[in-house]
Amino acid sequence: MMTQGLQTVSYIASSILFILSLGGLSNQESAKRGNLFGIVGMGIAILAAALGESTQGHGILIAVMIIASLIGIVVAQKVEMTSMPQLVAILHSFVGLAAVLVGFGSYLDEQTQSLTGAAHSIHLVEVYLGIFIGALTFTGSIVAWGKLQGTIKSNPLMYPGRHFFNMSLIAVSAFFLLRFLSADDAAQGMQYLLIMTGLSSLLGILLVMAIGGADMPVVVSMLNSYSGWAAAAAGFMLSNDLLIVTGALVGSSGAILSYIMCKAMNRSFFSVIFGGMGNAAGKKSEAVAITGEVKSITSDETCDLLKDARKIVIVPGYGMATAKAQHAIFELVKKLQEGGREVTFAIHPVAGRLPGHMNVLLAEANISYDIVHEMDEVNPELPETDVVLVVGANDIVNPSALEDAGSPIYGMPVIEVWKAKHVIVSKRSMAAGYAGIENPLFFKDNTRMLYGDAKKTVDALVQGI
Amino acid sequence: MKVGIPSEVMTSETRVAATPKTVVRLKKQGFDVFIQKNAGAKALFSDQDYIEAGAEIVADAASLYKTAEIILKVQPLTVEEINFVNPGALVASYLWPAQNTDLLKILAEKKINAVAMDAIPRISRAQKMDVLSSMANIAGYRSVIESANYFGRFLNGQITAAGKVDPAKVLVIGAGVAGLAAIGTANSLGAIVRAFDTRKEVREQIQSMGAQFITVEIDEDGATSSGYSKEMSQAFIDAEMALFRAQAKEVDIIITTAQIPGKAAPKLILKDMVEMMKPGSVIVDLAASSGGNCELTRPGEIYQYRGVTIVGKVDQLPTQASGLYGNNLCHLLDDMGKNANFKIDMNDDIVGRAMVVYDGKINWPPKPVSVSAAPAAKKPTTDIKAEKQPEKKSFAGVFALAGIGIALFLIGRVAPPEFLSHFTVFVLSCFIGWQVVWNVSHSLHTPLMSVTNAISGIIIIGGILQIKSDVSAPITILSLFAVLVATINIAGGFFITHRMLKMFRR
Repeated sequence: MMTQGLQTVSYIASSILFILSLGGLSNQESAKRGNLFGIVGMGIAILAAALGESTQGHGILIAVMIIASLIGIVVAQKVEMTSMPQLVAILHSFVGLAAVLVGFGSYLDEQTQSLTGAAHSIHLVEVYLGIFIGALTFTGSIVAWGKLQGTIKSNPLMYPGRHFFNMSLIAVSAFFLLRFLSADDAAQGMQYLLIMTGLSSLLGILLVMAIGGADMPVVVSMLNSYSGWAAAAAGFMLSNDLLIVTGALVGSSGAILSYIMCKAMNRSFFSVIFGGMGNAAGKKSEAVAITGEVKSITSDETCDLLKDARKIVIVPGYGMATAKAQHAIFELVKKLQEGGREVTFAIHPVAGRLPGHMNVLLAEANISYDIVHEMDEVNPELPETDVVLVVGANDIVNPSALEDAGSPIYGMPVIEVWKAKHVIVSKRSMAAGYAGIENPLFFKDNTRMLYGDAKKTVDALVQGI
Repeated sequence: MKVGIPSEVMTSETRVAATPKTVVRLKKQGFDVFIQKNAGAKALFSDQDYIEAGAEIVADAASLYKTAEIILKVQPLTVEEINFVNPGALVASYLWPAQNTDLLKILAEKKINAVAMDAIPRISRAQKMDVLSSMANIAGYRSVIESANYFGRFLNGQITAAGKVDPAKVLVIGAGVAGLAAIGTANSLGAIVRAFDTRKEVREQIQSMGAQFITVEIDEDGATSSGYSKEMSQAFIDAEMALFRAQAKEVDIIITTAQIPGKAAPKLILKDMVEMMKPGSVIVDLAASSGGNCELTRPGEIYQYRGVTIVGKVDQLPTQASGLYGNNLCHLLDDMGKNANFKIDMNDDIVGRAMVVYDGKINWPPKPVSVSAAPAAKKPTTDIKAEKQPEKKSFAGVFALAGIGIALFLIGRVAPPEFLSHFTVFVLSCFIGWQVVWNVSHSLHTPLMSVTNAISGIIIIGGILQIKSDVSAPITILSLFAVLVATINIAGGFFITHRMLKMFRR
């Protein structure tokens, strides 16, 4: 059995390993090691907790953990890379659920009930907050999962007064916190806790329901952040520094990701969390009228263009993920490279439904990360590029973001594909992108539309070259 | 409908209005294509090529004009040719309507509907049918090749073992399509290129093609809404002449492309300037067909004047030019509804302007269209916004700092020391997280999310610590359930991260 001292030292070791684990992700080479650090850290932490002096019920604990690990690994092994966002979302909900359960457990603990004075109040506040964040994360993540999976409609749920309603949910929860603190006994406190859990769950549902499909990267990283804060809150209520450290790490990581995503869309954090691009519709009429004509192109003509090109940039978007075209694109890139052409990828930070989603899909298709570049690296090179192939992307290549001050996405950084000599846009139809706005790119003189399902189109190009 | 392509009668014309490739396109549009015997010979297309592409060969011009409802040609119809054409037929060719008013009258009398390909308005939608652009591109390229041929030196500068060779200096006057093509070609051959244009808006285009933009010190813009330039004031012309005189002493090759629609080309290079040029220099005058920009140009001739070669004709690269011209025609017919919905719509922006003779009436000159891309006036509102924002931000910053300060004060007042020690750990960890995560590469954001997700499963510790040996106690059930979901999370999160990272390869 471990003494208190050994346990604390083990916790410190795991904290350091977790920090190293996140640090390892700074580049591809050290990333695998980083993941290993994380696993080791987690192993040490669990062992230290399980072997602690006060821990009981080892048999059932081991049984539960073995079953759960099997479930986790099987699910993680089966999931397709295109449905990675859903998996991440549903895993967040588990953390939220665990936080709620731990919170209730902590409240039921005899030690809690025996506390007095300020220590008691603070502990109750910690329990209350931990459960509040946990429940919000739990239901919010489930809705996010549903939206990503397509079981729930992805367009934002808008109704008048929803901000007021959400605020009042928070206010009512705060009111019950006061009642909870002055509760006469554990049974009455439990009632308040349950009411609050209900309110918070509802709030989680409503918050995520109000957010539309392409804002999902922000929501998922926000929920990631919440799951961290939930763990940190649990750390406070259990007086466990390891939980606090880890929770804070995860919480700030998610917050940074949300911030990066928001920045990439030129939206304020609040406008994203409070939902939808609803206010954009009103502005639509101010947008500059688009002149010109949409010119389509056949895959044969595209092949000719690609054959003549020396420098080609491919811009993938969510359409590539839905059509699962990444493997076909790999074949295309291979053929183009065999012909001595320079092929690179340009990834917009918000392409896809998860931060870095496109990178994972391209990696899955065996495409070397050396030729996968970020938007800022590619933009200066576009004027020298012969052909840009846009696969299933729309808003992230919309020139209105730079040119049209009346556009709802004005100011968002975009990949300036229209500066290249030729732009081929592979798209299912002329439908507007997520933001619901017209894309003047399609009307530019050097743009040609290649209609059809992304995968079939790319397959045809592979055949043609 | 039947489309006919006759041979060109003008002996110097080597192009043809359709190539085997464009015949295929015409057939796809649903037209029947007839072509005169040997029509493509000068452009190096054999009759056999046309037959394979699906065209029918017609022995002589008379029978071709008799069958065809649509006639595609390069040069304007001659009076003899017009006699063969059926009334009501459509003819698309170069026409130069401003110079050829008599021809327009004859066409109108015969009730021939004529599209002047050189009068296609220069709007975005019509670019694919703009023959001036497509032909000018070839002329610009060819003008440099031609001048390099007559110029007795390298165009590029070299440092060789035998000594240094200076690069040739090329002056391009007029930066339209031909001028820009000439700039690009001369630049890629290594010459030093300067370019002059009266329109200020082309400065960027000139620079982007690799030439130096030279101009006069008078503020007058030659740009017009038609996309061509206008005639300039006398003061401007004087300054321009002084500039050319200075340049003539210096440069080795002058390529002129200045044309004004419907008028003789402006005389820009005068006799005395030619005399100032170094022997061995070359002038290529792309405006020769409308009189020439150089006083000494003899249209259709190449000759030497005091050691300076003056080129008044440029090879048309007939094979290539026919292909581009043929494509322009295909686009026109495509725009007019192909075979199935073919219709002459005089309200259409393009057809309405280029159809200079329709139904016996002359439709020239058309009303002007605006194509010049003038920068729109900036909205003042955006400036105001930009000014206000920083102020707002600094306010927000002050409020945030004050809020944090007050919150810390309150916590310090009421919280017990044990909480504060945890709080210290919490705040410091947030900062560590902040520092570490900013270094994570963008492409690894998805693995970052899954690994942080796995790590946040650390909440399992909370569950483990709460398990009691009494399995039926509510707290144990809750904790076991927490352990269950947290473990799924940990195992799944780490495993999926591992799977993803394994895929990333160089």
